Amino acid sequence: MNDKSNNEIVIEVRGLEKSFDNHRVLNGVEMDVRRGETLVIIGRSGCGKSVLLKHIIGLLSADRGTVSVEGRTLSKLTRKELYEVRLRFGMLFQNGALFDSLSVGENVGLALREHTRKKMAEINEIVARKLEQVGMGGMENKMPADLSGGMKKRVSLARAISLDPDFILFDEPTTGLDPITADAIDDLIVELGGHPSVTSIAVTHDMASAYKIADRIMMLHDGRVLVSGTPDQIRSSTDPIIHQFINGLATGPLKAI
Amino acid sequence: MFTLLAACGKMTLDFLEYVGGLFVMGWRIICALPSIFVSPRLTIDQMLQIGVNSFPLILLVSVFTGSVAAWQTAYQMVDFVPMRFLGVTVGKAVTIELAPVLTALVLAGRVGASIAAELGTMRVTEQIDALEAMAIDPVRYLVLPRVVAGIIMIPILSLFATVIAILGALVVSVSVVNISSEMFLNGVKRYFYISDLVAGQTKAAMFGLIISLIGCYQGFITSGGAEGVGKSTTRAVVVSAVLILIADFLIATLMFRMG
Ligand SMILES: Nc1ncnc2c1ncn2[C@@H]1O[C@H](COP(=O)(O)OP(=O)(O)OP(=O)(O)O)[C@@H](O)[C@H]1O
Ligand SMILES: [Mg+2]
Repeated sequence: MNDKSNNEIVIEVRGLEKSFDNHRVLNGVEMDVRRGETLVIIGRSGCGKSVLLKHIIGLLSADRGTVSVEGRTLSKLTRKELYEVRLRFGMLFQNGALFDSLSVGENVGLALREHTRKKMAEINEIVARKLEQVGMGGMENKMPADLSGGMKKRVSLARAISLDPDFILFDEPTTGLDPITADAIDDLIVELGGHPSVTSIAVTHDMASAYKIADRIMMLHDGRVLVSGTPDQIRSSTDPIIHQFINGLATGPLKAI
Repeated sequence: MFTLLAACGKMTLDFLEYVGGLFVMGWRIICALPSIFVSPRLTIDQMLQIGVNSFPLILLVSVFTGSVAAWQTAYQMVDFVPMRFLGVTVGKAVTIELAPVLTALVLAGRVGASIAAELGTMRVTEQIDALEAMAIDPVRYLVLPRVVAGIIMIPILSLFATVIAILGALVVSVSVVNISSEMFLNGVKRYFYISDLVAGQTKAAMFGLIISLIGCYQGFITSGGAEGVGKSTTRAVVVSAVLILIADFLIATLMFRMG
């Protein structure tokens, strides 16, 4: 993990606020992501991590504040321009969100079929390779309903990286996987993020995985960014909230239940 | 009093939001229309889905519709009107009204509900978000093929229903009313206008638009998990059935001017 702190800022979030039915979820999030870095977002369940990711790819629109990708403010783009931006993104949804009317192979190949002029044979080859990368080789013809939760997650990951995106958003990539597969997926994320032009943002509850993949860790708390720093800075933080969270303690300033 | 007013206000707002949303979706469908030639597979799949799956049901419904129409008409005509008018009366009723409207009402339950349930499930399981995230316009990819398939297939099914219903009526006329098949068919033929058939199928195309558009729209605005999908599905059937009846009335007043 080399120093990326001088790279240009590619994703910029300013004063982001979002409420659902009078419940303020995001309350002034400020965040910068630099090209090539892997940012890990941590925070308690329900604190708005998935909501934040969905704002970054423009699936949700902010009540107040802005999200910009490479200087383009998403809320000011036309649908066509927004799609151009999204083409450079890959997103792994928290619950997979596989298309259940399509087979595994069709799920992974859909973006290739829709957005490239590649021939079927070439697409099939790419699909096979992506599935291989997530340890799901040869499963093209299975239907999503026939897969286990962890398998769905991995197919979904293969789908997210099918177009070799410059920006990858992972929403809990290793939740629901066994420790060995989880570690392999962490390796894959590190490998993908190792490419200097690939910027990734991962949400996770798994601190071991966070330390392993992150260039920088950011903690979301009470609708804002509580802290942002290198894994070492986070690990050695003396802030009681951060200390309680990363060590998974039931007692401390945060109420457990 | 105040709460009543507030409730009325909210209902009006909800209604306007619903109608507004429908128009936005309609506009996006029109914008996406050219892409139908880029990926015709999607539309053809939907046409097969609607057509093949609905065939047996429409067959059943139209046999009974025709038979009952013949029986009831004959019963009302006895002693007043000569039975040679049975064919024309039943034929007209079936072609212009019964086949298109009953086909549409049955398919609102069959096709509209299944579209709403499918897209609603896709909405609550974030599959529609996933399409958006992949820069695939869900209106182009999901809605357009269903709406076009609806507009094409429902007239075809209604035409099929027309033929079957008249055959059903023929069987009843011959076996129960005891008139000859020539007499019945001559009646049908003598006053058969191609324009009636066109009118019936034009109505059916309108109904097809209503069924598929409402199904898609309800699916898209679904929220609240499995329960939400159930509600949306019911809503889709009720709303499209009501709109079919209203549209039928409006079209009748436009197409069939008296005097
Ligand atoms: N579409 C929505 N409609 C209403 N409320 C929502 C919606 N999406 C999220 N919320 C609310 O926003 C809050 C944050 O949700 P979010 O999914 O971002 O949490 P999270 O941090 O990802 O949690 P977890 O770690 O459990 O996945 C929750 O209180 C949730 O109820
Ligand atoms: Mg989440």
